[in-house]
Amino acid sequence: MSAIMDMKQIRKVYQTGKVTFEALRGIDIQVERGESVAVVGPSGSGKSTLMNLMGCLDVLTSGEYKLDGELVNTLTSNQLADIRNKKVGFVFQAFNLLPYATAYENIEIPLLFARVTGRKRRQRVTELLARVGLADKAANKPTEMSGGEMQRVAIARALANDPEIILADEPTGNLDSASGGEIVKLFNELWKQGKTIIIITHDASIAGQTQRIIRLKDGAVDGNGDLR
Amino acid sequence: MNIVLSVRQFLNDMRRQKLRTAMTMFGIFWGTCAIVLLFAFGKGLTEAQMKSQKGMGENILIVWPGITAKEFNGLPRGRRIRPTDDDVRFLKQNAQTLAHISPENGRHMTLKYGRQTHRRFVDGVWPEYCIMRNIIPQFGSRFINEPDLQNRRRVIFLGDILAGDLFGDSVSAAVGKRILVNSMPFTVIGIMKSKEQNNSYRGRDNRTAYIPNTTYQAMFSERHSDDFVAQHKPQFTGEIARQEIFRILGEKYRFDPTDEEALAVWDTTEGFAFLKTFFMAFSSFLVGIGFATLITGAIGVTNIMNVVLEERTKEIGIKMALGARKSTILWQFIFETLLITGVGGVLGFAFAYGVISVVPMLNLEEFIGIPTIDGWGAIMMSCLLGLVGLTAGIFPARRAANLQPVQALKLF
Ligand SMILES: Nc1ncnc2c1ncn2[C@@H]1O[C@H](COP(=O)(O)OP(=O)(O)OP(=O)(O)O)[C@@H](O)[C@H]1O
Ligand SMILES: [Mg+2]
Repeated sequence: MSAIMDMKQIRKVYQTGKVTFEALRGIDIQVERGESVAVVGPSGSGKSTLMNLMGCLDVLTSGEYKLDGELVNTLTSNQLADIRNKKVGFVFQAFNLLPYATAYENIEIPLLFARVTGRKRRQRVTELLARVGLADKAANKPTEMSGGEMQRVAIARALANDPEIILADEPTGNLDSASGGEIVKLFNELWKQGKTIIIITHDASIAGQTQRIIRLKDGAVDGNGDLR
Repeated sequence: MNIVLSVRQFLNDMRRQKLRTAMTMFGIFWGTCAIVLLFAFGKGLTEAQMKSQKGMGENILIVWPGITAKEFNGLPRGRRIRPTDDDVRFLKQNAQTLAHISPENGRHMTLKYGRQTHRRFVDGVWPEYCIMRNIIPQFGSRFINEPDLQNRRRVIFLGDILAGDLFGDSVSAAVGKRILVNSMPFTVIGIMKSKEQNNSYRGRDNRTAYIPNTTYQAMFSERHSDDFVAQHKPQFTGEIARQEIFRILGEKYRFDPTDEEALAVWDTTEGFAFLKTFFMAFSSFLVGIGFATLITGAIGVTNIMNVVLEERTKEIGIKMALGARKSTILWQFIFETLLITGVGGVLGFAFAYGVISVVPMLNLEEFIGIPTIDGWGAIMMSCLLGLVGLTAGIFPARRAANLQPVQALKLF
């Protein structure tokens, strides 16, 4: 089976005024379909940068990135938007919910962009709310929910269009261990249902539950990519 | 993006930016108001002016005797040229450019009815004088006619104000009454319907009395008239009509038709055209001021949208991460600017409309006319507002839409 993500010699150079900084220096990574991967490494090693490239939130400086067989470098901005909408789901450390919208409306957003209409959309949102155990919080705004609940809304939102890949950048970073544990449990269930899961984490116990660990150091993969 | 969420987001933004939004909307409101009001008042004023200018008549030339300033065929300059009634009749028969013509002969006379005595201007004219000068007899009365002229009848037509002065409350029964004009009995045959007129060369028509020119000449044994009034056909210009008059009379009195001093001419159309231009410039000026205000408002909208953009960068990033296309972001921004301009504009328009509907009750019509907005004005205003909103929104919107998702999210 072909890799769902295939990165060859990926470089990302940031330019801040006259200073250039090479955040990723020629990375090769393959991720198989249905795999669960943890990305670890010290702060500033380039984990988030890598994740943003994987999810088409940013453009790479050089190298070749194939996502599900498609060469990402050549896609238009609308095609990239559709990938973000349907193929990958993001979960962020800071939740990134829209503050003025309810849990229900937040989950609805990717469905709106995908032009899912009427009853289908309502059904899907209700289903997702139940899936993350928040059926009774549909009308709550982010300020009216706990951190764990917000992150579960964010996960439900990431799942809205049933993406194959879930990308999570330190999803438990802002949570206590109990709610963090629930989040990890959710990711494990999703993986068992066949999703490809990539999690950035500082928590060794979370990394330990994945199939594979990729360790970054100074913008490069440390070792051969599997340090278990 | 669905409308409910867009509106919710808009309201949310506006709540966070109460003062700024209020001021921006006020800018648009004020700009719209100013344009609509200035336009409406400018139009009302122009129309009122035009109407009263028409009181003098349209396409009117007034011709007085003159003194030649050029030698011609061995004749010296400095000769006096004084057309007679026969010349006027000759012009009437031969001038191609003229529609109507009438000599005018007038002086102040004593008019007496009962105990009322007034010294007023009495004008000896031909019947068609009333056509040229838009003099309309009141119901049941008439102007001087051809038999009056031929028989030198002692009949008199009164301007409406003059009639009021003489007859007071019984003005409606004035027709048929006898009055004394310089102690000679005259029969009142008609009274003028009141009209607006702001322009004259010897008193307003509504204070003047008219008698047949032949009667006048018999009274004072005059052969020459003071002047004659001619109305040229609308397809000719006043200048062409003037040239024809000079050619015909120049032949008779043997003066150079290019000698502008031979006859004194007032071409009222010239003044009319000037007035038209003047008021057009005046209206444009007013509208220009309103437009400038509106532009200021628009800059305010751009400004507020830039602030909104700054505040909302993160939200834009989130939406992009969830699959929003550039166009979605673009339209949301434009939608919001249109909403701000729309609300401001509608309020401004409504307010201006209110003011305009109240004005006629103030009885200032004589001075400022009736301000009016027509359908086209309203449509143009809406288009203008839409354009302003679009231009104000497009720049921040494009800035927002061109962000990389990750830049917007500030994930690092
Ligand atoms: N937009 C940017 N411009 C310039 N430098 C950047 C930018 N984004 C990240 N960097 C730099 O690139 C390096 C990698 O950043 P990145 O966010 O990927 O680190 P990270 O591994 O996710 O760290 P952390 O664990 O603290 O989240 C850092 O040194 C950071 O300063
Ligand atoms: Mg990071």
